[in-house]
Amino acid sequence: MILDLGIVFGRVAFVMMFVLNLGGLLTWVERKQSAIMQDRIGANRASILGFRVMGLFHPLADAIKMLTKEDFRPARADRFLFALAPFVSVFFALVAFAAIPFGDTLRLADREIPLQAVTLNVGILYVFAMLSLGVYGVMMAGWSSANNYALLGGQRAAALMISAEIAIGASIMGVIMVYGSLDMQDIVRGQGHLLFGWLPAWGIVTQPLAFVLFVTAGIAATKRIPFDMPEGESEIIGYFVEYSGMKFGMFAMADFLETVVIAGLTTALFLGGWQVPWLLADGFHVPGGPVLPLPHLAVVGLQVGAFTVKVCLMIFVLMLIRWTLPRFRYDQAMRLGWLGLFPLSILNIVLTGAVLLLIGGRTP
Amino acid sequence: MRLGQRFYLREVVEGVALTAGHFFRNMGRHLAHALGRTSARGAVTIQYPEERRPYSPRLRSLHRLVRREDGSPRCVACMMCETVCPARCIYIVAAEHPNPDIEKMPERFDIDLGKCVFCGYCVEACPEDAIRMDTGILEFSSYSRRGMIYTKEMLLSLEAAGTDGRPTSPVPIPANRTV
Repeated sequence: MILDLGIVFGRVAFVMMFVLNLGGLLTWVERKQSAIMQDRIGANRASILGFRVMGLFHPLADAIKMLTKEDFRPARADRFLFALAPFVSVFFALVAFAAIPFGDTLRLADREIPLQAVTLNVGILYVFAMLSLGVYGVMMAGWSSANNYALLGGQRAAALMISAEIAIGASIMGVIMVYGSLDMQDIVRGQGHLLFGWLPAWGIVTQPLAFVLFVTAGIAATKRIPFDMPEGESEIIGYFVEYSGMKFGMFAMADFLETVVIAGLTTALFLGGWQVPWLLADGFHVPGGPVLPLPHLAVVGLQVGAFTVKVCLMIFVLMLIRWTLPRFRYDQAMRLGWLGLFPLSILNIVLTGAVLLLIGGRTP
Repeated sequence: MRLGQRFYLREVVEGVALTAGHFFRNMGRHLAHALGRTSARGAVTIQYPEERRPYSPRLRSLHRLVRREDGSPRCVACMMCETVCPARCIYIVAAEHPNPDIEKMPERFDIDLGKCVFCGYCVEACPEDAIRMDTGILEFSSYSRRGMIYTKEMLLSLEAAGTDGRPTSPVPIPANRTV
């Protein structure tokens, strides 16, 4: 009984640590990666006892700075909602990761441990419900600040996130149709099959259009450049103008957590999740070649490692896009969401249905 | 917009390829640098307090008063620099020089660096070559305006910059500077 509880706790703790640490590290990754892309060096001055380790102490210094700053609340702000909004933003970004599997079932001494914080047979719906609830934090922040500009910023953010969520929801319909399940673990397992005997049936292979649509809409859902007109760090006044100190930091943190979640989702749905090409439960099966047997623990380790590497790679790509593109105008973003992404995702559903009908059933 | 641009995708891929190219090229150079090829530089950054750009030999930096062999100022308090100064930042009080061959000397010679515009006219105007702006010192700052006033003694204590353009004497600290 206690062991069972411990295992459940461990699974949740692993996911929490994974997301939180990655999210915290992203502030450093963002500064360093953008610097290297722009021929600069980037933050490297924070030091502990003379050690700088490539500026890795800067997230720490930032956290201390945020925690020690004045926590200002406007006089006419709604006390409760004003304090609640940043927590709502961070909370839903954090729990969204729970349904994303980070490995196959681990068998330890006649116990079967699913490597997933929560095993849900409607995992995808859960993730999108949580992502959509994130809008509430943003709107609450805009409304409770008692600041018209913050309210307008909250409206912009809500409009943008809704148009993005619609496209996200529609674009993954194709994936659900191909793999025939709403359970994230089943979808990832389905991506382990081989097409033509050698090509892993990852979502990016079976649903290339949905991949592009999903990543685009995903970036929009994180409210980061090129879709950052809700806040527009440098010039527009956004929904968190009135926030300071750690509450402001939590909004920034929520953006990074959402980036991790989007990267995790993309990995699980389109990049094969924890799948390593040609690695089955008993070892590597090189197509038309030898079989390299591996012990169970090594296989699971490889899978968890593969998932982590894929998520990091996806974050790298998201950061590349964020530091390359200029900001969309508000009407352009709306047009892209409603007249570009949404109809294309519907087209993708129709095409996927037609192809599935033609070949009679599921692809893999 | 052209039709191709309307779909964004090609343009986005081209843009990302460009920035990713920069990233990987710079990453390679950083790696080569870390592995011992010090000529490889992954960034154009000059890390300021440790590294500096080479100064031009014509650079106008903090003033100094040139000394005679006995250590007294070469200045004869003719007021030319005070007169020519467009910022009116020089304040001289003249006094009798003990040597009868030299008519005057400055009793006080203050420069308010908070006002100085570093035009170099005082150097040009000086008939005795008594004031120069060749110390190579650029970093003098203060939390108060009074701390920016440099007196005769401080200006006399400075030396010319070395051949590399770097200062050879420390930045004098005003006695009345509040830190």
